Amino acid sequence: MSEHSAWSPPPALVVEDIHKSFGALDVLSGVSLTAAAGEVIAIIGSSGSGKSTFLRCINFLEIPDRGRIVLDGEELQVRTDRAGRLTGVDRKQIVRLRSQLGMVFQSFNLWAHMTVLQNVAEGPVRVLKRSKAAAREEAMALLEKVGLEDRHASYPAQLSGGQQQRVAIARALAMQPKVLLFDEPTSSLDPELVGEVLRVMQDLAREGRTMIVVTHEMGFAREVSDRTIFLHRGRIEEEGPPAGLFGAPKSERLQQFLSSQM
Amino acid sequence: MLDLWIRYGDRLIDGAAVTVKLVALACVIGLVLAIPLALARRSDRRWIAVPAYLYIYFFRGTPLIVQLALLYYGLAQFEAVRESLFWIVLGDAETCGLLGLTLNTTAYVAEILRGGIAAVPKGEVEAAEACGMSRVTVYRRIVLPRAIRIAWPAYGNEVILLMKGSALVSTITVYDLMGETRSVFSRGYDDTVYLYAAAMYLTLALAVTGTFRLGERRMNRYLRAAG
Repeated sequence: MSEHSAWSPPPALVVEDIHKSFGALDVLSGVSLTAAAGEVIAIIGSSGSGKSTFLRCINFLEIPDRGRIVLDGEELQVRTDRAGRLTGVDRKQIVRLRSQLGMVFQSFNLWAHMTVLQNVAEGPVRVLKRSKAAAREEAMALLEKVGLEDRHASYPAQLSGGQQQRVAIARALAMQPKVLLFDEPTSSLDPELVGEVLRVMQDLAREGRTMIVVTHEMGFAREVSDRTIFLHRGRIEEEGPPAGLFGAPKSERLQQFLSSQM
Repeated sequence: MLDLWIRYGDRLIDGAAVTVKLVALACVIGLVLAIPLALARRSDRRWIAVPAYLYIYFFRGTPLIVQLALLYYGLAQFEAVRESLFWIVLGDAETCGLLGLTLNTTAYVAEILRGGIAAVPKGEVEAAEACGMSRVTVYRRIVLPRAIRIAWPAYGNEVILLMKGSALVSTITVYDLMGETRSVFSRGYDDTVYLYAAAMYLTLALAVTGTFRLGERRMNRYLRAAG
């Protein structure tokens, strides 16, 4: 990272040249991204463009075939195995880096057998080794932040989709992550519930959190992101500030994509 | 009919106590052993998965009565066994019966648990991995608690089957409920004793069902959506 001189802080996240194929299908063919601390990056693209896979490669839920991942100056140690694929070298490092990357899923993925409060406090207790009392207190504060402190004793099945996703965001925040990853956080919500989740995300952006958001919500990308990336067939087709990207798209594919989204 | 109960009721109750003891112990030990067996069966490593598979295949594929006979009569043929430490377990009909029931139920429960583990939503496991839990923590806190809740009704079914199957330990001279019943029957050939036995097994089944329903209601609170 020679381009960063000594006085500038390292970027929150650097992802370089990620390749991933499933069998003969190339899903990602060299995608890179650098997120400065506090930056909000929206990734848009049609389904099948590889945007979710890219996000899942960042925290190694999907293991990329090639590429580099550097989180806050720490590079993920990988090696190439006999089949020519990447594998993690140090399981402990993967686990530690993951704990610094908050992830919010399309289908919430709350732990169904735990209450809302337990869902939020579980990671801090088991991974960050916080005391139960402290973790519960912090969890309550986060639930208040997402407007769900009165539902702390409920189970996920007793909440609406929008409420579940807000709990999932609180759960991700509880780990005090350096970067938040959102994988289509509103795609499985009823239209009338999308707003409450987007509002919470907007607040987080305003707080200066570093966020990578894969989304179908063009309004969110346009209004909230600092930079938008348009992914097409596993490559970055166009990227830049949302005003330019949405106002005057250069690539023909992006023009087609945007007109299909209207 | 009643005078039979007055004369032999105590013996039947003693027998039922033996049945309860054997089944309860086999259940608890079986469940504890089934967890590593189920995990071994799911392992990617063949040298772990294949032995687990063979164990389950053997104990599910042969009749319990044959397993008990092999343990009690079969192994006793070998002097080396009779002179080994194992004889403490194998030499006594009751402990041998307990061993047989435990080995058998472990195989079934492992399969039930394996199904439960496979049914845990993948997304919940990913969420646990994504927040940086180690593999052991993911299993201990998310996968196994979820799997046991999912598999609970099937496990309750297995306990009922085990309770009824335990009658077979009478064939290796254990005086469980069935053993006592047969012994009483052989005295006067009064077949009403079988009626008593059936009633007592039914009572036990009722207790098992009730216990499991109670457990299910407690554990599966999370499934009930609020009105």
